[in-house]
Amino acid sequence: MKNFSIATRQKDHVTILDISGELDAHTASQLENVLKSLIDEESYSIIVNCSGLDYIASAGLGVFMAYIEDVRSLGGDIKLTNMNDRVYNVFDLLGFPTLYDILEDEREALTSFEN
Amino acid sequence: MAGSKQIQTLSVEASTKHLAEVRDFVAAHAENIGLSQKDISEIRLAVDEAYTNIIKHAYKNSPKEKVNIEIGSDSDQLWISLVDKGKSFDPSTYSEPDLMKRIKEKKRGGMGVYLIRKLMDQVQYNRRGQTNEIRMVKNI
Repeated sequence: MKNFSIATRQKDHVTILDISGELDAHTASQLENVLKSLIDEESYSIIVNCSGLDYIASAGLGVFMAYIEDVRSLGGDIKLTNMNDRVYNVFDLLGFPTLYDILEDEREALTSFEN
Repeated sequence: MAGSKQIQTLSVEASTKHLAEVRDFVAAHAENIGLSQKDISEIRLAVDEAYTNIIKHAYKNSPKEKVNIEIGSDSDQLWISLVDKGKSFDPSTYSEPDLMKRIKEKKRGGMGVYLIRKLMDQVQYNRRGQTNEIRMVKNI
């Protein structure tokens, strides 16, 4: 059973992904497919709301690594919000906070897309 | 049960579909011996990364192969051992991941070994005949 799900919302030109459950080498392909189709649809301003995310392994972080360059070179970004401490700790151990916009909440991310 | 030695084993096919089961197996042991939520989270992630590396690199995603997992603890330490019969991993060829460089080169692997070393107190790789073992220890 796949204990992971993604829901997509739109706020103006920004796409918000609500991810929940456990993101590991088994479930990472689901996130990868969604990010791929957003890029195909030319949606480059992406917020990933992690409020429902209970767990992440490096395979999950690898998905964010694989697409960030493409999205940024096309004038967009992938911003991450609402992480719990355990999930944030994994991003932090691998040095993500210096290279990714990891924000407290969705509103902050939407504002930073406006600027 | 402080002071007594407890050991549990699990044999699973090398497939990412068993990842949650493997994480839960080690977490249950860690919970039983009363470790903190932080330690339990770290042990779950370390075993996930070690098992994922075996699936992807030792067995190259061949799900018929088996991985034998043992978790044990005494009053000082918790140890987890994962044994496979696939391609061996040479830790001397491993270097710390440079995140910026990996993003530029669109490489996404190689972070698991680094995480395991950060999360556990000791990590050993042993090769005996055709068998590989990664043994990870957490001081408790």
